[in-house]
Amino acid sequence: MDTLSQLGNGFAVAFTPINLMWCLVGTTLGTAIGVLPGLGPALTIALLLPITYQVAPEASFILFAGIYYGAMYGGSTTSILLNTPGESATIVTALEGNKMARSGRGGAALATSAIGSFVAGIIGTAGIAFLAPVVVGFALAFGPAEYFSLMVLAFIMVSAVLGSSSVRGLTSLFVGFFLGMIGVDLQTGQPRFTFGTPELLDGVDVIIAAVGLFAVGETLYVASRRYAGKDEIVPLKGSLYMTAAEWGRSWKAWIRGAFIGFPIGALPAGGAEIPTFLSYAIEKKLSKHKEEFGTTGAIEGVAGPEAANNASAAGVLVPMLTLGLPTSATAAIMLSAFQSYGINPGPLLLTTQASLVWGLIASLFIANVILVILNLPLIGLWVRLLKIPAPQLYAGILVFATVGTYGISQSPMDLVILYLLGAAGFLMRRFDFPTAPIIIGMILGPMAETQFRRAMTISNGDWSVFYTHPLSLTLLSLALLGLLAPRIYSYIQHRRVRGPEHVPGDA
Amino acid sequence: MNTRDDQAATRFALPEFLIGIGLLACAAVVLWQTLAIPVSPLYSKVGPTVFPYMTAIGLAVLSLLLIVAALRGGWQPQDEKETPVDWKSMAFVVAGLIANLVLIKPLGFTAASVVMFVLICYGFGSKHPLRDALIGLVLALAAYFGFAKALGVNIGAGFIETMLGA
Repeated sequence: MDTLSQLGNGFAVAFTPINLMWCLVGTTLGTAIGVLPGLGPALTIALLLPITYQVAPEASFILFAGIYYGAMYGGSTTSILLNTPGESATIVTALEGNKMARSGRGGAALATSAIGSFVAGIIGTAGIAFLAPVVVGFALAFGPAEYFSLMVLAFIMVSAVLGSSSVRGLTSLFVGFFLGMIGVDLQTGQPRFTFGTPELLDGVDVIIAAVGLFAVGETLYVASRRYAGKDEIVPLKGSLYMTAAEWGRSWKAWIRGAFIGFPIGALPAGGAEIPTFLSYAIEKKLSKHKEEFGTTGAIEGVAGPEAANNASAAGVLVPMLTLGLPTSATAAIMLSAFQSYGINPGPLLLTTQASLVWGLIASLFIANVILVILNLPLIGLWVRLLKIPAPQLYAGILVFATVGTYGISQSPMDLVILYLLGAAGFLMRRFDFPTAPIIIGMILGPMAETQFRRAMTISNGDWSVFYTHPLSLTLLSLALLGLLAPRIYSYIQHRRVRGPEHVPGDA
Repeated sequence: MNTRDDQAATRFALPEFLIGIGLLACAAVVLWQTLAIPVSPLYSKVGPTVFPYMTAIGLAVLSLLLIVAALRGGWQPQDEKETPVDWKSMAFVVAGLIANLVLIKPLGFTAASVVMFVLICYGFGSKHPLRDALIGLVLALAAYFGFAKALGVNIGAGFIETMLGA
């Protein structure tokens, strides 16, 4: 019952007028940027990081979490009406949702995704509240060696196991490590990789990396393929009210989606792709209306994956709040906000910053309620946002990118780094390198290095600590398994089939 | 891509090869810069160079794997390969970014942003530079007074900002 009383205290924090205001601002902003193509929660939170110098930690985390949840709701609107998945997590929603919109059932698709997001968001947030103390119980037994091994596992899962290619994912991760190491080494005071420029002594700010990759890179990419076909907005047709039959087909899919999404999101692997695709496959298998899948659009195919997406987004917050382990670009940037407050994210967070963590969890419940209101009765407002023409939208994004970057230290050098990273982001899009591992590597790399050096100092430079501690050995074995198992599996398949059909390439 | 060996896809892919070479060069730079980090004997075992060495080695191995993949036909998705780059559009966006970089110190944030805004809009196919300049001005002022002041961020004031008494 400790959780419930803690949660009660959390609601006392979240229900203060000022924090309710931040929650409302965050969810509204989050929905808007979720709807707008080209803007995502990672970029938005990065641009807003300077707010951490202005307001209390509770306020900024309530704001950031509102943006994070809001973007999930808003993203599905764009997927359904525009068939342009803003994030990989909403690809599946676009699959069936856009078909529904084209056959005149866009209203029902939007309704089932908003209500499904709400149901899954509430289940997922309750999951955080009950799972977080349990994870902390385990994590308190972790030493530096275990932490390092856990981070290695997360690195492998985030970059090598999820995504289209483990080599390209790991390449992004290692580039992120390099960016994270630039600047003064905190343990010895030695400058590293500064190339003699004093501007680099403070390191590359995560704001610049996120804005460069996600705003500048994205703008260059969209500009480069201006003639590659335009997406048309499907006009919103059909009532927003779902019929009894549609409710009947949706609710089980919501619940199943939520229970698939949350546990997978909470693993130190994160990622919404696997749970959404899994939920889609399950709904397709269980549906009594298989003929609607891929033709006129099946409502289960929207309800399940959308719920899985939101529940996994909630799940990602569990390793972030309990272990200080971010598994998505957005979580990594939120983690850097902790660092900017001088708060050490980790298992002690729940006790040392109880009002912050529980206030945040409580505000997530409130955010879900606000979001379902914002995204159902007010949906027409967001649809109008989709009509902002691309030239002014992308030019505007870059104006804000300049504010965020130049504002850090008024140094044109920062703009040069921003543009270089933007060029890199463009090439990465063009050649199918994932960008999230760069941000994760940048934030988590230095933390892994600290744990590594701590473990080695304690053991007097003896490498065996990483494989003589049973827990650490297990985590490292899992990481190795994650790296090798898909290869061995495809090799066996390859031997067995010996035909031209294999799993898609891996390089 | 090892899975397309059966088909005639074994041709050499230049862009991917250059990316691999570029990353290998990065790994070399990391190694070279790591050698330049002075190590105090106190930290000889787990000093500030252990992780950089690991990163350099990891990056080198990965770029070699990418070079091998490039020699086997590359990995660029078919959809990307078939979409030609709109160089003119990109050139205007890049011109906008460079104009912003060059002008932000002498002219201040707002004026530089308006120039960038117009160039990027033009690159994206907008045919109304005057209207775009007006939109850009309103947006830049909103960003300056709303966003930057609210966040307490100090961005360079220029003649427009001083005129408005900021």
